Amino acid sequence: MMLRKLLGAKGYKAVKNGIWSNQPVFSMVLGICSALAVTNRVSNAIAMGAGVTFVLIATSLVISPLRALIPLRARIITYMITIASFVTIVDRFLKAFYPGISEAIGPYVGLIITNCIIMGRAEAFYIQNNISHSVLDALSNGIGYSYALISIAIVRELLGFGTLLGVRVMPTGWTNWVVMTLAPGAFFLLGIFLWVTRTAADIEPRARE
Amino acid sequence: MAGLLTILVAAILTHNIALTYLLGMCPFISLSRSLKTAAGMGMAVIFVITLTAAIDWPICHLILVPAGSELVYYIVFIIVIAASVQLVEMIMERFSPILQAAFGIFLPLITVNCAVLAVSLFMVLRDYSYIETLFFAFGSAVGWALAITVVAAINEKLKLIGDIPKGLRGPGIIMIIAGIIALAFLGFGGMVSIQ
Repeated sequence: MMLRKLLGAKGYKAVKNGIWSNQPVFSMVLGICSALAVTNRVSNAIAMGAGVTFVLIATSLVISPLRALIPLRARIITYMITIASFVTIVDRFLKAFYPGISEAIGPYVGLIITNCIIMGRAEAFYIQNNISHSVLDALSNGIGYSYALISIAIVRELLGFGTLLGVRVMPTGWTNWVVMTLAPGAFFLLGIFLWVTRTAADIEPRARE
Repeated sequence: MAGLLTILVAAILTHNIALTYLLGMCPFISLSRSLKTAAGMGMAVIFVITLTAAIDWPICHLILVPAGSELVYYIVFIIVIAASVQLVEMIMERFSPILQAAFGIFLPLITVNCAVLAVSLFMVLRDYSYIETLFFAFGSAVGWALAITVVAAINEKLKLIGDIPKGLRGPGIIMIIAGIIALAFLGFGGMVSIQ
């Protein structure tokens, strides 16, 4: 409740939507490509989550203040150019400071541009709301996206490599589930995650009645 | 010639863009509910991917690389994709109402299909020549269309049985089906390989 007072009704709603009710991956099923492709190791998932969060916030900082100036018909291309510019920054940053991760998730960094979460939030929220609410919305969606990725990655890295963040945690007799590191494992795991979260979301409102 | 064929087969089967690289998943989930829409989207994607790769290669190798401005790849590619989709839409509207009716509604969706951008990025990353790029782009697009069509067909039949757990309906079950198909595609593994 403290949080609600601090952020105001609208800000609180934006945060709750991003992190729980309209959580981008499990609830809206957006940004699936990267959620599947980079989650074979936790470090990649963290890098991707941070990259998307940065692009979300930066885009909200550009689109929201300019919302009165952007012509309606040219808005999609405006989003795209804005997003593409910030993605270039993320790509260069990773190449310069984390070459290992940049190598591992290679082209998927560029594909943040077509990550529907960013376009979706720009179209649904930033273009209509003021800057502080937009940044809050961006931050909470970024957090929602990151924790979804990291939780998938924890299971995949644990089962597929027997490690977490590169540190061995499974006992020596552990046989790696190679399929978890490949595409089919990603599909199965996301299917199971969707199943669990959707069943939980369905039970929750009924329990409250 | 053998090299080109290898690229084509690898892009369709062993390095399928949807089932190995996990790209183009958003339309994959929203459109694989019926076979007809999936096939329509598949056709539109084949057309747009081949077209954009054919435009992106000269822009990349004749303008960006000589000018030393590889930094702006992303921005240029995404604008080319958005513009060519718009152009195709306009041409279709003017000259071929039948084609327009068949896959006009899918075209705007293609701009945000990450498979389209990915093909252009892979092309740069792997240093393909122009002909290789065309084969690779066409093969990738056919592979994507193949994957979405197979998954949609299975999904359609599965709906007739109608015994899917409630939480798994919709995107959940599509993920599971795609997982099984991806597993099956691993069987092509040893056939050809590219990199």
